[in-house]
Amino acid sequence: MSDTHAQTQPFVRGEMLPESEPPLAEKGAVKWLRENLFSGWLNILLTVVSLYVIWVVLSTVVPWTVLGIWDADSLTGCREIRDARYGEGMEVACWAVIADRWQQLLFGFYPRDLYARPVLALLVFFAGIAPVLFTGLPRKLLWGSLAAPFVMYWLLWGGSIWGPIVVALGLAVGALAFQVGNRAQGALLGGILAIVVPILYWLFLAGPLIRALASVLPIGIEFVPSDDFGGFMLSFIIGIAGITLSLPLGILLALGRQSDLFIINKVSVAFIEIIRGVPLIVWLFTASLLLNYFLPPGTNFDLMLRVIIMVTFFASAYIAEVVRGGLAALPKGQYEAGDALGLDYAKSMRLIILPQALKIAIPGIVNTFIGLFKDTTLVVFIGLLDPIGLSNSIRATTDWNGIYWELFVFIGILFFICCYSMGRYSLALERKLTRENR
Amino acid sequence: MSAISHEPQAGGFRLSQLIYDTRYRSLTIQVVALILLVLGLSWLVSNTVQNLEALGKDFDFGFLTQPAGYDINQRLIEYDSQMSHGRAALVGILNTLLVALLGCAAATILGVFFGVLRLSKNWLVARLAAVYVEGFRNVPLLLWIIAIFAIMAEGMPQPRDFREGGGASMLVGDSVAVTNRGIYIPNVVFTRSLGGNEVVAPEPEEPDDAGTTGVASGTYGGSRIATGGAGVSTGQDDQDAADARNAQSAAGEDDAAEGEIVPSSSALDWLVVLGLLVLGIIAARMVTAWAKRKQEATGKRPRTLWINLALILVAPAIALFLLGAQFDYPVLGGFNFDGGVHLRNSLIALWFALSLYTGAFVAEIVRGGILAISKGQSEAAFALGLRPNRTMRLIILPQALRVIIPPLISQYLNLTKNSSLAIAVGYMDARSTLGGITINQTGRELEGMLLLGLFYLVLSLVISSLMNVYNNSVKLKER
Repeated sequence: MSDTHAQTQPFVRGEMLPESEPPLAEKGAVKWLRENLFSGWLNILLTVVSLYVIWVVLSTVVPWTVLGIWDADSLTGCREIRDARYGEGMEVACWAVIADRWQQLLFGFYPRDLYARPVLALLVFFAGIAPVLFTGLPRKLLWGSLAAPFVMYWLLWGGSIWGPIVVALGLAVGALAFQVGNRAQGALLGGILAIVVPILYWLFLAGPLIRALASVLPIGIEFVPSDDFGGFMLSFIIGIAGITLSLPLGILLALGRQSDLFIINKVSVAFIEIIRGVPLIVWLFTASLLLNYFLPPGTNFDLMLRVIIMVTFFASAYIAEVVRGGLAALPKGQYEAGDALGLDYAKSMRLIILPQALKIAIPGIVNTFIGLFKDTTLVVFIGLLDPIGLSNSIRATTDWNGIYWELFVFIGILFFICCYSMGRYSLALERKLTRENR
Repeated sequence: MSAISHEPQAGGFRLSQLIYDTRYRSLTIQVVALILLVLGLSWLVSNTVQNLEALGKDFDFGFLTQPAGYDINQRLIEYDSQMSHGRAALVGILNTLLVALLGCAAATILGVFFGVLRLSKNWLVARLAAVYVEGFRNVPLLLWIIAIFAIMAEGMPQPRDFREGGGASMLVGDSVAVTNRGIYIPNVVFTRSLGGNEVVAPEPEEPDDAGTTGVASGTYGGSRIATGGAGVSTGQDDQDAADARNAQSAAGEDDAAEGEIVPSSSALDWLVVLGLLVLGIIAARMVTAWAKRKQEATGKRPRTLWINLALILVAPAIALFLLGAQFDYPVLGGFNFDGGVHLRNSLIALWFALSLYTGAFVAEIVRGGILAISKGQSEAAFALGLRPNRTMRLIILPQALRVIIPPLISQYLNLTKNSSLAIAVGYMDARSTLGGITINQTGRELEGMLLLGLFYLVLSLVISSLMNVYNNSVKLKER
């Protein structure tokens, strides 16, 4: 047996061979194509089918979009230009409707010369939200975030400057009451005072104070009623208000649902389940048809405000469930650790539990926000002029009767940009907050 | 060292203990919360009572028995405008359930399909699936519904284009017509229907009885979804007067064998067929269980494929044959198609949009579920010598399902609730009948909205509890 090996000539190479290039099929684009697109019969088939689908879609959409007509003042004008330019039978977009009506789609019937105000309000929003979203910024900017809602309200609706200022003062009054109560009787009295005193202030003192200040020193800008609001501005206002208000409410509801206190627990569960079990559209109809039944006779407040309240309740129930998932995902040891350190409930929640639970819940929370923002389109059914409502009214004019796709595409792209960027932000945040190394 | 320096004072209960003693504090908080809650609720109720009095209204559900006075263009059960508001609400509720059921089924199929495609190793296919998912997830559902409705109403050929040389043609061997008034598909009808057949022979037998059942069966049961009735608000549907009988006689002439028995379908026929199908499936499952026992006892698995197929299919097939099943094809009549099932644009738009939109969410859930199964599981399966399809079926899917099912349930719930967007296209669902026309006609907003909310609430709770039962059965059993 071993003889056969003994007779073979041993050969040991003395020097290294130079590295040779990988074969053509194993490098660069060719390799990528082979591995990703043509690795087997099924894959080749899928690739061909996909290419066909892409070709069919693009060959219709691209010429329609690129060759679109921008300079016309009505749909018939568009068609005339199209026939003159490309001959009959060619389907191209009539972007002239966007060029003609983009202000309406963005701002509704907001006075034309005041367009700067909503834009400014949006900038204020971004300035206010920046310190919250990006932790690298100095913490003192958070005071600006606190002031932003009042500034935005004033910019959007206008009127006397004293209204928002006096209302904002209520927060300072609450903080003061907390300090006083805290020093006198401890945190519990401080907490109660911090809730009760500002409410009393807003109910009884704010109104006269605003009137008095406004009569002494009338500073203000032109008032714009809510009926003039519309388009994407309306979606943004409802969406942003709903998002900022529903997050704290949702966290409270989630804590209530986790609570051992029987009544608080059951009330939270009932609220969450009832709100979640019924479609938003039914709640919106409730807001527009029924809310007057539940309020003292004679009260009648803004439809937009009612919608914001309903949207907030709706989103907060969903956020409560998402946050509850985060709370449930925390190991029990975290709760026990908080107790072992001697922290009271509020502190252990604020310092230990919620930061971790909210981190887990971020994707769900952002998904809820995206859903809320998309759901703002439903207000069209109770008579508010959101982008879809405006597209209907644009289509109802004689100039643009029968135009569909250009408006849908415009609205769809704007919504897509907003929702997609929110989703990307949540992914980035998730990646940043992940602590374990995988 | 000195954990407790002094004993808590015995006996002397001070009022401040209610706040500072943890033994009593939770009670205090709850009592305060209860008082506030009761106060708030009584405030709302007293306001409502006052407001109702001021408007001169009472709180009464009697309107449900009054005649509705409006037509519903799509109905699964017999209904006309003389029937009560309660019946109209029931028709709407069934329509909601129909679109929710269709939507859930289609969304699941689409979602699984695109979820798997998004995981494909083929770069192009994965990107296409991602475009679908992101595109549908990030644009409001309402926009998709009205866009699809617009495609159907504006983009599809008119019925008259289906005439000779009109440029449009029917699909699938002249059986499906896609028109701008909706989609017409063949219907299955029975010549020996258990609900009785109308006979248009020279000598009709028992004309009264046969006549009523004929009409009743014409409007029944998943089979003939839309037959006649004036359109209420469905933009496109300026009603063709194709009523059930017309359609049936057209089909009868087609049949041309005797021209006497008008084929029809009734609930009973379908109940029999479906019942046999369900029985067959149960029997097949029992055979599978027997095969499993045998495999575990002897190590050999008997071949069950053909037995199971026979069990499931043969009995319903025999039933269909005995009942004299045949297709009722849509045929171009005067201005419109007669016969077959007319799926209205409103149903199509709502159904497609709901399924495409929810399908995008389901796709993400499916992808996440499959990715959640660690690679070691499939490697272990390969190490055991299982082939890829068995690995998928026996190892990956059962574990992935456990991750997939809970979020899937909530997507089904969302779809059901989103079906209330039917308002955008005039589909007559529960909100349009009970929460729309009925409220407008009777002025009973409070009662109507209450019932509507209750319906959706009960529906949600039922779906989620049913699904939770299923979820518990596939859940990982731990200590």
